[in-house]
Amino acid sequence: MLRGIGAWIPDGEKGSTLRVALFITCFNDTLFPETGRATVEVLERLGVRVDFPLEQTCCGQMHFNTGYQREAIPLVRRFVDVFKNYDAVVAPSGSCVGMVRELYPMAAELAHDKRLAADVEELAPKVFELSEFLVNKLEVTNVGAYYPHRVTYHPTCHSLRMLKVGDAPLKLLRAVDGMDLVELPEAKECCGFGGTFAVKNADTSIAMLSDKLRHVLGTEAEVCTAGDNSCLMHIGGGLKRQRAGVRAVHLAEILASEATEERK
Amino acid sequence: MEIKAPDAFSGGKTPSFEESARESLADAQLRRNLGKATQTIRAKRAVAVEEMPDWEQLREAGRALKSRTLRHLDEYLLQLEESVKRAGGQVHWARDAEEANGIIAGIAKSHEAKEVVKVKSIATDETKLNEHLESEGIEAFETDLAELIIQLAGETSSHILVPAIHKNRSEIRELFMQKLGARDLSDDPPDLANVARLYLREKFLKAKVGISGANFAVAETGTVCVVESEGNGRMCTTLPPVLVTLMGIEKVIPTWRDYEVFMQLLPRSSTAERMNPYTSFWTGVSEGDGPQEFHLVLMDNGRTEVLDDEIGRQTLNCIRCSACLNVCPVYERTGGHAYNSVYPGPIGAILTPQLVGIGKPGSDSLPYASSLCGACYEVCPVKINIPEVLIHLRGKVVRHKQDEGGIKGKLDPENVAMKAMAKTFSDRRLYEGAQRAARIGQWPLARGGAIHRLPGRLAGWTEARELRPVPEQTFREWWRSRNGSAEGPGS
Ligand code: SF4
Repeated sequence: MLRGIGAWIPDGEKGSTLRVALFITCFNDTLFPETGRATVEVLERLGVRVDFPLEQTCCGQMHFNTGYQREAIPLVRRFVDVFKNYDAVVAPSGSCVGMVRELYPMAAELAHDKRLAADVEELAPKVFELSEFLVNKLEVTNVGAYYPHRVTYHPTCHSLRMLKVGDAPLKLLRAVDGMDLVELPEAKECCGFGGTFAVKNADTSIAMLSDKLRHVLGTEAEVCTAGDNSCLMHIGGGLKRQRAGVRAVHLAEILASEATEERK
Repeated sequence: MEIKAPDAFSGGKTPSFEESARESLADAQLRRNLGKATQTIRAKRAVAVEEMPDWEQLREAGRALKSRTLRHLDEYLLQLEESVKRAGGQVHWARDAEEANGIIAGIAKSHEAKEVVKVKSIATDETKLNEHLESEGIEAFETDLAELIIQLAGETSSHILVPAIHKNRSEIRELFMQKLGARDLSDDPPDLANVARLYLREKFLKAKVGISGANFAVAETGTVCVVESEGNGRMCTTLPPVLVTLMGIEKVIPTWRDYEVFMQLLPRSSTAERMNPYTSFWTGVSEGDGPQEFHLVLMDNGRTEVLDDEIGRQTLNCIRCSACLNVCPVYERTGGHAYNSVYPGPIGAILTPQLVGIGKPGSDSLPYASSLCGACYEVCPVKINIPEVLIHLRGKVVRHKQDEGGIKGKLDPENVAMKAMAKTFSDRRLYEGAQRAARIGQWPLARGGAIHRLPGRLAGWTEARELRPVPEQTFREWWRSRNGSAEGPGS
């Protein structure tokens, strides 16, 4: 299972000496701690020594994307300070990683801060969404998971179009033991979450969600998974309101499930 | 003609996107018409694009050509003026919509035209040319089939390319029977087209002045180009003795050769065709053939302001193909009218607020009419990073509210909440305190493992979605307990 790690580690280094930080995201830290626990479990199972710098808070995505960009700049600085000395930063959230990799340069520009821009340029390529870290960097697809359920996967927009994680999540899911993976029709369509869009344009957001739910229910899956708890909170919240009997579960939690152990 | 609803370009107060979208979303027939139409065009476009092995290079070429042209726009415009004049045409410069309308009305009046025919042109919709001409006693007839339909219905366009996308054929049949006096009409598209053709032919032959927009104009030769599907544009630009073309200044391209790129990008992106049925080119005036008088009106109307904005200026790359509308999950559900502008969909959400200026409540809501899913950027043939521009414009809207909104802007509840949250996130102890407070503070809301109703502005969330309560233990609390009471290895 540790087969792939060597390919990525620079000469003479080992997985245990590599400095990998977990960026949990404020959203998961507060609302979905089980996703964080699952992420740690998967990484440690693969021999990665995970650090969790406690000074981390929020990447500033909500502020930045809603237009409160001056307010986001101190959060950008904070993120860079907390994480800049790591070899890699892993987060179980496509959209927060998207913020760091794609929008931090814009924030540094707005701040007219050349040093920040340089720091961002150095740090951004080292920040990974969980599935791309596992598949592209560690070159692992089978993480030894067992999950005996019918599952459908929603590729969230930021993972798909901003980070271009491609089929990394599907590769991981296909290798999960005991799982019945069913394709989601019109999978690439946005679920309608969109951060503050879900509240500001609640009607449109709900209209988009209702089409997504129709497709999810059509697969007869018991579980809808994705790489982002924000979209999952939206999809799962809709499923729950409809009493649909279908759960929304983060990819990391599926990957952390094992046959022998009790479910976390 | 009926009075149209105020839109972002008519200067009045327009409703916000949210307000208008709510109405459109409730219209089941509209949802069905739009859903079917956009899904069909979307699928066809994907096929037409997949045929091209060099599509990505073409997109990059289109982007590069446009941005280079925009960098030297002043030079290319002067060159265009010279070329058009050399070919026997006349060139007019219009600072804004009012000037453009005045110039066009003046030309029509100098020929004592009471009726003019028009080929579909969004630029003339932007200036509200038809209304202006009407106020001067000149009637304008739209000759594009879809434009005719919405003109007869007294409505406004809801799509750049398929203006009547919100109507189905039985609705069109009724309209033609009512307004054109057609009888025993079926709802077969060829029958519908025939009725319109009969009506329009007469107009073409009578009109002294034809009015068009332009897809491109070549600086090198002065050649103007209109790309269309029906052939009505061809008649409009050839039958009347006088032709007036209104064009935004960003439509100029440097050389004839540049068509090579754009004529591959545009038809496939817009109608999913390898080549559209009618592409008309004309260079000034040719004696004894076609219009004997040609006027080109070059209009700014806010475009130089857009050019001034480093991130926003890519918006002017747009070739109005409407691919971004057809893939947009928001547009697909709300339709074009919710954008309250002649430019709907993702391109409208970035173009309208820039053209009319930030600080207008109606158009300030447009950059927020997106979930930032990025589907538009993926298809745009000239690679406009629409999500990036949307985010940039949101920043401008907020800064405008904070800096120029006075006390009201500062006390705006969203502003207050966002500032408080930013402060919380800037300090670990405040952040951890807020996590604990959220857990305790939610108790009046949480019941049976879910929050069913949120208060105030957040109520939109719980209208259709449950909210999960804050769990007993945050991740960091777990981490700390796992690693003993120590701070953890990373801090
Ligand atoms: S923004 Fe791009 S996709 Fe949209 S209409 Fe313009 S050129 Fe086409």
